[in-house]
Amino acid sequence: MQRPGRSKTRRPWWERWLGPLTPILAALAAFLLGAIMLLALGADPIRAYGSMFEGAFGSVNAFADTIVKATPLLFVGIGICVAFRGGVINIGGEGQLVVGALAATVAAINLPYWPSWAIIPFTLLLGFLGGALWGAIPGVLKAYLNVNEILTTIMMNAIAVQGMNYLLRGPLMDPLQIEQGSFIPQTARFPLAADLPRLVPTRMHLGVILAVLAAVLVWALLWRTTIGFRIRAVGLNPNASRRAGIRVGRYAVMAMLLSGALAGLGGAVQVLGVHHRMFTDGSAMGFTGAAGFNGIVAALFGQLHPIGTIPASVLFGAMIVGANKMQRAVQVPSALITALNGLVVVFVVASEIWRRRLARRSELLNIDRALDTQSDSSQEAGT
Amino acid sequence: MIQDLLAPAVLIGIASSGIRLATPYLYATIGETFGQLSGVLNLGVEGIMLMGAYSGFYVTFKTGNPVLGLLAAIVVGGLMGLGMAIISVTFQAEQGISGIGVYLFGLGMSDLLFQKSLGTVETVSGFQPVEIPFLSQIPVLGQIFFRHNLLVYAAFLLVPVAWFVINKTTWGLKIQAVGQNPAAADALGVSVSAVRYATVTLGGVLSGIAGASLSIGLLNVFQQNLTSGMGFIAVALVYFGGWSPVGVLLGSLLFSLVNALQNWVQVLGIPIPSDFAVMMPYVLTILALVFAVRKVTQPAALTKPFERGEG
Amino acid sequence: MRKTYLVLATLLLAGMLLAACGGAATPAPAEEAKPFRVAVVMPSAINDLAFSQSMYDALSAIQAEKGEENFQFAYSDGLFVVDDAAAAIRDYASQGYDLVIAHGSQYGSSLVEIAPDFPETSFAWGTTVDTFADQGVTNVFAYEARSEQGGYVNGVMAAKLSESGIIGVVGPIETGDAKLYVEGFKAGVAATDPQAEVRVNWIGSFSDVALASEAAQTHINAGADVLTGTAQMVTGAIGVAKERGVLWFGTQSDQTSLSPEIVVANQVYHWEVVLNQMIDLIESGTLGGQAFAIDLANGGEVITYNPDFDLPAEVRSLAEDTVKGIADGSITITLP
Repeated sequence: MQRPGRSKTRRPWWERWLGPLTPILAALAAFLLGAIMLLALGADPIRAYGSMFEGAFGSVNAFADTIVKATPLLFVGIGICVAFRGGVINIGGEGQLVVGALAATVAAINLPYWPSWAIIPFTLLLGFLGGALWGAIPGVLKAYLNVNEILTTIMMNAIAVQGMNYLLRGPLMDPLQIEQGSFIPQTARFPLAADLPRLVPTRMHLGVILAVLAAVLVWALLWRTTIGFRIRAVGLNPNASRRAGIRVGRYAVMAMLLSGALAGLGGAVQVLGVHHRMFTDGSAMGFTGAAGFNGIVAALFGQLHPIGTIPASVLFGAMIVGANKMQRAVQVPSALITALNGLVVVFVVASEIWRRRLARRSELLNIDRALDTQSDSSQEAGT
Repeated sequence: MIQDLLAPAVLIGIASSGIRLATPYLYATIGETFGQLSGVLNLGVEGIMLMGAYSGFYVTFKTGNPVLGLLAAIVVGGLMGLGMAIISVTFQAEQGISGIGVYLFGLGMSDLLFQKSLGTVETVSGFQPVEIPFLSQIPVLGQIFFRHNLLVYAAFLLVPVAWFVINKTTWGLKIQAVGQNPAAADALGVSVSAVRYATVTLGGVLSGIAGASLSIGLLNVFQQNLTSGMGFIAVALVYFGGWSPVGVLLGSLLFSLVNALQNWVQVLGIPIPSDFAVMMPYVLTILALVFAVRKVTQPAALTKPFERGEG
Repeated sequence: MRKTYLVLATLLLAGMLLAACGGAATPAPAEEAKPFRVAVVMPSAINDLAFSQSMYDALSAIQAEKGEENFQFAYSDGLFVVDDAAAAIRDYASQGYDLVIAHGSQYGSSLVEIAPDFPETSFAWGTTVDTFADQGVTNVFAYEARSEQGGYVNGVMAAKLSESGIIGVVGPIETGDAKLYVEGFKAGVAATDPQAEVRVNWIGSFSDVALASEAAQTHINAGADVLTGTAQMVTGAIGVAKERGVLWFGTQSDQTSLSPEIVVANQVYHWEVVLNQMIDLIESGTLGGQAFAIDLANGGEVITYNPDFDLPAEVRSLAEDTVKGIADGSITITLP
């Protein structure tokens, strides 16, 4: 019994658009501030932002770069969705990416004769398991020993980096590096069979499809299975879940484990699809590109929904790729790009309040409308 | 070789090194403790530390006066904290993520300012070590505790002060009430927003000082990414400390002493790979919590924005 | 009410930014007739007083020598993230730069994929000896620094100047350029004073200045009276050396300005020596395939002595003889 004509219960047209547009408007506001900074640095903001867009979407290659950048963000991001839905906070993406990549690396450089159809799934599986291990430890410590997971994941990021440095300058170092005496901390190149296939003649690789598939699977897991329901229940209300007979600890561990595993898979995809060898610059960032942190941002921009994380990752990847292009085009210090990134994150996350308000308002309107309809029909019945 | 570590000179060296290393962590963790007790997680400590480190350094470099530098770090840290408060209290933004934004902003901005204002790595004469009369002459203890710069002493004095404020003042009780049950605190007439604004800004001030304790205290230089992840470790140590000033003191000391110890392990040539030595403080911090039997529950409203129930 | 906050927040941020960015403005480089154009991609900042700065200074030196109308360069620094660096290398190549320099050993696996796509462009990769010639790539030059040579000279002087016979080293991680420098330094000490002990502390990071400073404190407490170290975080160690009055030997860039009181000498990289050779080759049509090294013989590595430090004449002449000996091959450095 809808009565679309009733002005009282209709939302103004612009409100319907404002919700989804809020984050974009917020990002634009941050860019406006960035424009002031660019002007102060003597750069032309219009040219700068033009090149930013061009760098992210301007050509097939540019778009491919954006997608390649978005892939690890998406893997980490969907992992974050699982963790946050399960009520655990995972700041250990950096370490989990590294451990996943290392696990895949050990397999890839030791299996020179395996064909692609065997080596790729196997190495990816190892990456998944490596990340799962690095996620399960903080999960278990939290669930059964009351050790806060923020602490553990931050510490384990550092542990993973030092472990990586040890392996890459020692047991895993490319024998050629020792022979040449340059001691670059990197492994030998993986066998060609382990390269993830390229999609089009760009650098876009199979990883992006795997990431989207993983997002869909995680969505199905969270919203279409009992395990997923329990993970979400534990995250929403652990006490009620406990009363309902759910083993809260077990599902918290599972959420953390899955979260780590997805990041680990992302690390494996990154090393098989992009670099084809593992290397270190002493920190995790050279390899991860800070995806362990940026993936958290992407997930929250995607409303902690695996499917929503897909466009959020692409946009965030586009921003990073485009901003780097901007740095080259107008030759401003790269530090500006980092600061601008931070501003965008802050502005977008602060703008969420309007989206929430609008969502709540439309909910209230719906309730109003439902109540109206009810009273209308009861009136009708009365007459 | 291992027994070399037990030589008195080595133990004294480890202790005094640990105290110096713990200083920035103490400021940052106590600041973050205030914020978290009132229910706000600020992951942006690292970014605020960097801005504090830069501004403290720059003003000291220009004026030659580290006290003015410290003031600059306090003001800039406070402004950054205020910014975080606006974002997380007024705009009720997701705290984990807005902190990452604050971190990135501070990381980039401090570097940009550094490049544009100084251009190259410079040195200043910051707070110099002060030997406290008489006390510094006590054998062993004097060497360990009483030959540091003023910011080191102040950091340790901050611990009892913070303990007192949190546990013995009305404001401290308000902070805890707001963090445990904001609705109840609100009903009792405590302004949740005002308390949180104050604690998060105070956290910013202390993070700014933490940065300055490096750039014009311990190191007397500024360069890109000077803090190198210390702000994140500080956030972790707040969880270690169970939201108590004494707890974060223990956490900061444990982490820093083990870091000092691993330096000695390497210098004395004890044959373990350097990477494993560097790993030690991180591993031991986790292990210490695993084996510590304790019952600490986090502030119930941590990371949860508060809005009066007016819909 | 809320609007007020928003306005306030915006104003606050805008004010901070404006105040922040009031520095000097640098105009974009103007397009000229046909200058030689170089682009360089680097991990750390151009003012790190270490690895990246050495390259930036070299390009500035070439520009000063050849004139801005004949030589221009663009740079992207702070590209720790390897795939961002790869995008930058590809982009500079597609913009028609004559030479694109990947100034970081971690960039190699990306460069080997990019170079074949731009056969008209010349690339350089350092620090390494690998030009990928075995993989059929013909347009990549390799360059490296024989950092063990300057390390050796520093080691000789350190052994002479140390009274306690204990010398401390602060390093990042035990690989690449840092490892070569430290091994050379150790060899120099051992050749001069076999009794002297060199202790190395690898702090596991290129950026942790605080840990580097405590590593220096530890060395000094353990008896070291001469220190050296490599990579950009050693600024923390130099400060400690100054405070505690022990000597310092620098490498990569000239670190004297940080503490004129205690810096004895530095091994300074002059990449322009090999860059000029590459530029000449490129202008005559050779785009790659050769590996270059800066060393003491070709003047790509120079030992600079701090004029404010009162270095005993005997040590100075020993150092100069060592430089000559390494340059003419009469001194050979054996690395483990």
